[in-house]
Amino acid sequence: MSDHEYTPKSKFGKWFNDRLPLLTLASHLTDYPTPKNLNYWWTFGGILTFCLITQIVTGLVLAMHYIAHADMAFDSVEHIMRNVNYGWLIRYIHANGASMFFLAVYIHIFRSLFYGSYKSPREIIWIIGIIIYLLMMAAAFLGYVLPWGQMSFWGATVITNLFSAIPLVGEGIVTWLWGGYSVDNPTLTRFFTLHYLIPFLILGLVVLHIWALHVPGNNNPVGIDIKKPSKDTVPFHPYIVIKDGFALLMFMIVFAFFVFYTPNILGHADNYIEANPLVTPAHIVPEWYLLPFYAILRSVPDKLLGVVAMLSAILILAALPWLDTSKIRSAVFRPLYRQFYWILVADVLILGYVGAMPAEGLYLLVARVATAYYFLHFLVVLPILGYKEKTLPVPLSITEPVLGGSPNLALAKNKENFKD
Amino acid sequence: MKNFLRIFLITSLVFGISVKSNSAEKIEYLTTDWSFKGLFGKFDRGALQRGYQVYTEVCSSCHSMKYLSYRNLAEKGGPEFSIAEAKAIAASFEVTDGPNDDGEMFTRPGKLSDKFVMPYDNIKAAQAANGGAYPPDMSVLVKARGGGVDYIYSLLQGYEDPPVGMSLDDGVYYNKYMYGNKIKMANQLSDGLVEYGDGTTASVEQMSKDVTTFLMWAAEPHLESRHQMGFKAIVYLIILTILVYFSMKKIWSRVESEV
Repeated sequence: MSDHEYTPKSKFGKWFNDRLPLLTLASHLTDYPTPKNLNYWWTFGGILTFCLITQIVTGLVLAMHYIAHADMAFDSVEHIMRNVNYGWLIRYIHANGASMFFLAVYIHIFRSLFYGSYKSPREIIWIIGIIIYLLMMAAAFLGYVLPWGQMSFWGATVITNLFSAIPLVGEGIVTWLWGGYSVDNPTLTRFFTLHYLIPFLILGLVVLHIWALHVPGNNNPVGIDIKKPSKDTVPFHPYIVIKDGFALLMFMIVFAFFVFYTPNILGHADNYIEANPLVTPAHIVPEWYLLPFYAILRSVPDKLLGVVAMLSAILILAALPWLDTSKIRSAVFRPLYRQFYWILVADVLILGYVGAMPAEGLYLLVARVATAYYFLHFLVVLPILGYKEKTLPVPLSITEPVLGGSPNLALAKNKENFKD
Repeated sequence: MKNFLRIFLITSLVFGISVKSNSAEKIEYLTTDWSFKGLFGKFDRGALQRGYQVYTEVCSSCHSMKYLSYRNLAEKGGPEFSIAEAKAIAASFEVTDGPNDDGEMFTRPGKLSDKFVMPYDNIKAAQAANGGAYPPDMSVLVKARGGGVDYIYSLLQGYEDPPVGMSLDDGVYYNKYMYGNKIKMANQLSDGLVEYGDGTTASVEQMSKDVTTFLMWAAEPHLESRHQMGFKAIVYLIILTILVYFSMKKIWSRVESEV
């Protein structure tokens, strides 16, 4: 941000800006030089901001009508659905909004993996992102408990019980988390409190995430450092604003389709049955976005090691900038990495699928292989690949491939990949 | 743009698969032409009114509907009984109210603002009267079962003699659509069980369809306004998206890059 000098035109503006440089900030945000070759995978940052704000706004309204009490929570949700004006709309936006949020965040993360956005000098952005992702999972899990349906109750029981795997103090921690000897009213009230708190922590971290982004600037599909501002960049406004807006609108069409036409398809039918501590559902499954990690948890026969594996699967991402030893960022110039990348994508999808299936027979075997491969990718493939891989020549600027000025044939062939 | 469409296709495909695997059903349920499905789906008023009749005359002796009020019967998007009809329906039920100024509970005829009267005082009483099985509350039943309306519709018509070699306890019945095939509810519907006011023949199939439609409305009372608003919202979004697309093209034509 230090590369930016700005003087407001009006006298008052200058007076105000000298005391609190909000106008400098606004000017920085509008002029922020952005690589002009960003493709649509880059629009998900803006989409995620929209998702967060949507969740906070709808969540605030829901919290006005929701009652966090074991005897009344389920009833109050039905009250919202039936008697509160447009309560059904707000609740369906909030419930499906969580799924949309995760859909967008997974695309955002996998974009980063493809184009090497986590590499120097963007490690801090990446790590903040991983913390946001962790908090998102916590918020989503806590939120799923609030309607106090069968999946809420039993999901809460299963997940909180994971802490009992900790040696010596595990049982004590679980009792402390529950506020009693089983998931009950004290658990619900604290889950509600935390569910209300976490989005604001996420909001704060999002500000840091964007701040950290604005120091080195965006990565881009070519993955090279560019001079800013230059003919390789465009000002954020209006170029990126309108492009992000267009992508956001497309996203909202999908979002609206879920909200208005299939609002319950992403949830589990059992969550419309009020929580009953005496009846266990046939299959306890988390929401779709947590399934890959659920599969990893269940693929390890030992409870403690299962929990460790599940947590490591997420935390390993934080070490990614150092596990990936390649100097080249974009997978466009890494022919081998590109193949391993798609194998990883398939691996995670497979984990998600088996996570939804009962942990037995072939499913369990597949889950184990996929779990092993997941760790193999990060701990073995990536470090070795950085040394062994023969990468393609990288252009000097993003204008070069666009204008076709490269003398390199391979580059010309690859042009399609990073043109837009 | 080409890339964008590819992104769009891939994500919807992946999402579609995950949705499908979530809602995977093993049994083929019976189905019918539900009027409330589709972009413009609406409830069939006649079916809702007949379905309400089946509910009160058959189901309501065991199954509660605790989230519905009599006023809902006259609301837009529902069975749309007239206010007078709904008042008459409410008044036909005895509601316990109180305590009054003497500190005593009393009964009075129901009002529009009353919740549907429950068949049992509590879950224990319901279980005691039904051989230990609690007849589930029907307010959100359609949404609480994996197969939704098709499941309920099938279940009502799924009573059969048990296969040879299968012995059933007293008070347990065989139903081919029930999870585990054993159900504690006896077959309730038989041809001509209720007499429809509008002259519709009360076949088992017809009654199943009507009462299931009624249950769908009970679970999703705002379904019609949801569909109407959804269509408007999506049309609005599509028009706006097209406008923004051309603005974007125009703005980006100033730089030598493609969007």
